[in-house]
Amino acid sequence: MAKYKNYVLAQSLEEAYALNAKKSAVIVAGNMWLRMCGLSKQMAIDLSALGLDKIEEKEDAFLIGSMTTLRQMETHGALNAAFGGVFREALAPIVGTQFRNTATVGGSVFSRFGFSDVSALLLALDAQVVLFARGAVKLSDYQQEAWDRDIITHIRIPKGQRAAVQSVRVSATDIPVLVCAASVSDAGLRLVLGARPARAQIVVEHLAPDCGAETFEEIAARTAFGSNLRASEAYRRKIAPVLMMRAAKACREVTQA
Amino acid sequence: MNVEFVLNGRRVSAIVDADDSLYKMLRSLGMHSVKCGCETTNCGLCTVHMDGKAVLSCSVPAARCAGHEITTLEGMQEEAARLGACLAGEGAEQCGFCAPGLMMNVFALAKENPHATAAEIDAFLAGNLCRCSGYVSQRRAIMKYLEQVTGEVRA
Ligand SMILES: Cc1cc2nc3c(=O)[nH]c(=O)nc-3n(C[C@H](O)[C@H](O)[C@H](O)COP(=O)(O)OP(=O)(O)OC[C@H]3O[C@@H](n4cnc5c(N)ncnc54)[C@H](O)[C@@H]3O)c2cc1C
Ligand code: FES
Ligand code: FES
Repeated sequence: MAKYKNYVLAQSLEEAYALNAKKSAVIVAGNMWLRMCGLSKQMAIDLSALGLDKIEEKEDAFLIGSMTTLRQMETHGALNAAFGGVFREALAPIVGTQFRNTATVGGSVFSRFGFSDVSALLLALDAQVVLFARGAVKLSDYQQEAWDRDIITHIRIPKGQRAAVQSVRVSATDIPVLVCAASVSDAGLRLVLGARPARAQIVVEHLAPDCGAETFEEIAARTAFGSNLRASEAYRRKIAPVLMMRAAKACREVTQA
Repeated sequence: MNVEFVLNGRRVSAIVDADDSLYKMLRSLGMHSVKCGCETTNCGLCTVHMDGKAVLSCSVPAARCAGHEITTLEGMQEEAARLGACLAGEGAEQCGFCAPGLMMNVFALAKENPHATAAEIDAFLAGNLCRCSGYVSQRRAIMKYLEQVTGEVRA
């Protein structure tokens, strides 16, 4: 279990950023993952007093504070109405309600877990990561980067899209064997595959939303999959076209609703 | 460090280490209903309420609780007796080890969605593992309890 010598409830982002410059410090969000990491740090920096737990609806986007919990996103009326209920669908399978009452979107995005339902969905929705020092960067770029010491303040999700998520789990509440997130906007259909088991990635963009089954077979054939305890590379490759087809179909149905 | 917070309606303080969990702090304050099953956020046994929301006390930092309201089963004895009678009536317990965490999450469900369907009950309580009951009898008991809470008779 994680060991901290000191615990600081940051009073400002400036303070948190300055303290986090040292490698001996660590940002604490939900603490759900961190706690299990077994790391040993001089200082834990808690972001919970900074008001970063809000979901704001702007004219063209939703701005989600990094300390917003998965459960807040799952149950937020306007957010779900804008994206066809996809947050409710995608986040509900993650562990349990008590877990989702604490695990945060910032902790999920920072960690870039291969198995993340959250990252896969946000990638499909073309989200931006707003960082304290660097400002806004595309999640698709951030997702490829190594962990750094900047602090995520918000996630920005542009409106005008419909999305759907499909996942396969060995048992309910376990991490997924494969996730497919899809979105449809004016730019066409975008598909993301996560839990390959490597980090989620956009596998195709600008596709016609009503493309045929052979397109999904072709995308799966050129995507890299791997094996781990949960499933083999071959199994993932086999189910990927099915998940992509279902996600695309669900997206079209939401779009037409 | 010293943490002051409200525990079951009473102001309390506790001396904790920077890496102590809420679970550990609550046990040190005599809240022995709060149990630890996995310590990895998977079993739901350590569930308590923080500002009215069900959380896993094994993973909430004790230091974060300063100024917040924490409720354990010790603070909900009347409700615990009602739900306990439903669980007993439906034979929904064997060893009973999961019961405190389950009950705390059922109270959260009753607050958020007292008219929950069977499917909604299952989904809400997915994070509460029980190695004995098989869950079906628990679901029946929870339906009975929610009937009492809402006064609504279910089919
Ligand atoms: C048992 C278990 C099962 C899980 N199952 C799933 C699943 O099925 N699907 C899924 O999508 N996810 C799953 N997750 C991941 C989970 O949803 C969260 O992503 C994870 O707990 C991290 O979020 P947190 O708020 O707990 O972050 P923490 O554990 O507090 O932090 C995680 C990391 O992010 C850093 N960090 C946190 N916030 C910021 C910030 N604002 N700026 C910079 N750095 C930051 C921390 O320093 C740390 O390195 C699971 C996690 C666990 C522990
Ligand atoms: S002990 Fe906290 S979830 Fe199992
Ligand atoms: S009754 Fe034994 S674990 Fe639930």
